[in-house]
Amino acid sequence: MELPQASVAKEKLSAPGGEASSALDAREESRRQRIEEIEIQLLLEGVFLLTGNDFRKYSYASVKRRIWTCVVEEKFSTISSYQEKVLRDPATLQRLLMRLTVNISGMFRDPFFYLAIRKKIIPLLRTYPFVNIWVAGCAQGDEVYSMAILLKEEGLFEKTRIYATDLNEVVLDQARNGVFPLEPMQRYTQNYFKAGGTSAFSNYYTVQGKQVTFSSSLKKNVMFAQHNLATDSSFHEFHLIICRNVLIYFNKELQERVHRLFYDSLVMFGVLALGHKETLRFAELEGLFIEWDTENKLYRKIR
Amino acid sequence: MGHGKQIIPEDSLIRMELVVVGSSLGGVKALQTILSQLPATFPLPIAIAQHRHADERGMERTLVKVLQQRSALPVSEPDDNERIEPGRVYLAPADYHLLVESGTFSLSADGPVHHARPSIDLLFESAAEAFHDRVLGLILSGSGCDGQAGAAVLRRLGGVLVVQNPATAECDLLPRLVLKSVTPDHLLDLSQIGPFLVHSLNLSAATSNENNCSQRKNALPGRSS
Repeated sequence: MELPQASVAKEKLSAPGGEASSALDAREESRRQRIEEIEIQLLLEGVFLLTGNDFRKYSYASVKRRIWTCVVEEKFSTISSYQEKVLRDPATLQRLLMRLTVNISGMFRDPFFYLAIRKKIIPLLRTYPFVNIWVAGCAQGDEVYSMAILLKEEGLFEKTRIYATDLNEVVLDQARNGVFPLEPMQRYTQNYFKAGGTSAFSNYYTVQGKQVTFSSSLKKNVMFAQHNLATDSSFHEFHLIICRNVLIYFNKELQERVHRLFYDSLVMFGVLALGHKETLRFAELEGLFIEWDTENKLYRKIR
Repeated sequence: MGHGKQIIPEDSLIRMELVVVGSSLGGVKALQTILSQLPATFPLPIAIAQHRHADERGMERTLVKVLQQRSALPVSEPDDNERIEPGRVYLAPADYHLLVESGTFSLSADGPVHHARPSIDLLFESAAEAFHDRVLGLILSGSGCDGQAGAAVLRRLGGVLVVQNPATAECDLLPRLVLKSVTPDHLLDLSQIGPFLVHSLNLSAATSNENNCSQRKNALPGRSS
């Protein structure tokens, strides 16, 4: 294969009138980007007016990507043309909402986190007469069932109430049912052991065809409810709040709002658990917490 | 393509504010070579999307350690919202996408792109949209098509694209794919890339931004990892 020559390669500068055409390209590109920003803004405005779900303060890069995935899947070529279908067809709207709100996780994902829970958080929770845990943005319930199993094995399940919330009613229903696909269970079993599991993972579910159903005893102390981190307020006081890989989808302003919401929802010395690469380090509320476990992103409210 | 020839900085390089690098198979060795050639005074931030295992925790020889061993610049994996600081090397964390916004990094746990997370495409595209003609994109050895689209976007939005000569790449698939779809600004042997960055960017930065440069060099924040 012939390789192009180095440094003669920049067509746009070497061609006659190259300078002018490169400036034109840049202006065109700026304009195209600006229009795309406007289209996204309009679409999210429409979704907000229609559903009350506010994605306008989500991380722009993330939202843009998810919207474009939908646009392409629905076989449109512009966001504006896709918008018409979103506004007029409930099924299309629902698909967009699913795309914007659902984050895939997995049971005992990031096993080191659950090990840290066992080593650091469980001893702390033992000191309380009763325990309230909030799993915020619980999606299909992977973290909820993982925590329920962990608490059972540590003998804390009876005195604990888990509040599992999510913006999306559809996935919340799935979480309530406790039905998961069978296929990833083997990988989850490995995670379960790495996370310090003391029993057999398969003891906690029954298999039906290509699905598994988790034992209803795991749900006994779990309350599933719809809650919107962007708009709703504090509803209870918690000893532990788990919100992992949810905040990365919000812009900075919205993250700050949610930090405040979590702060208001924690008992003094309560723990906020974030995702592996999330941090309070650049947050306004940083000073109200100490970084209790840097590796596993466990923060303790101290003021 | 002269070996040992003085590389004359182009005017366009004076504007540079960020270097983004994309690599997969064979990339780690290439990165070690390039990083070992950059002085501690290198004035720009460097963000790297290197394809890697999804879970490194519990491993002794982490990728950060491997690269830090050969680098005079501090190497770290940024957290979400971390500011982009000059003279530092930022490595996309395992199992996250690294995105660039105008002054900070943003992480995503979205699905893999062309089976890759971190994705080169996502790093390059976000950097191109945020920095336009002030970003230099570097494509190194690699085995898949992740990076092909991103390189094209980066160039289309005005950035400078440098591609490693496939003949010097441990795996030439990615550089070849990129060359098929876009003409780079520079096509360089692996051994030329480090010197190119030093001469072209250091000189440009020093002559046009003297005040900024010395402020930036002295502003390395302390950071625990």
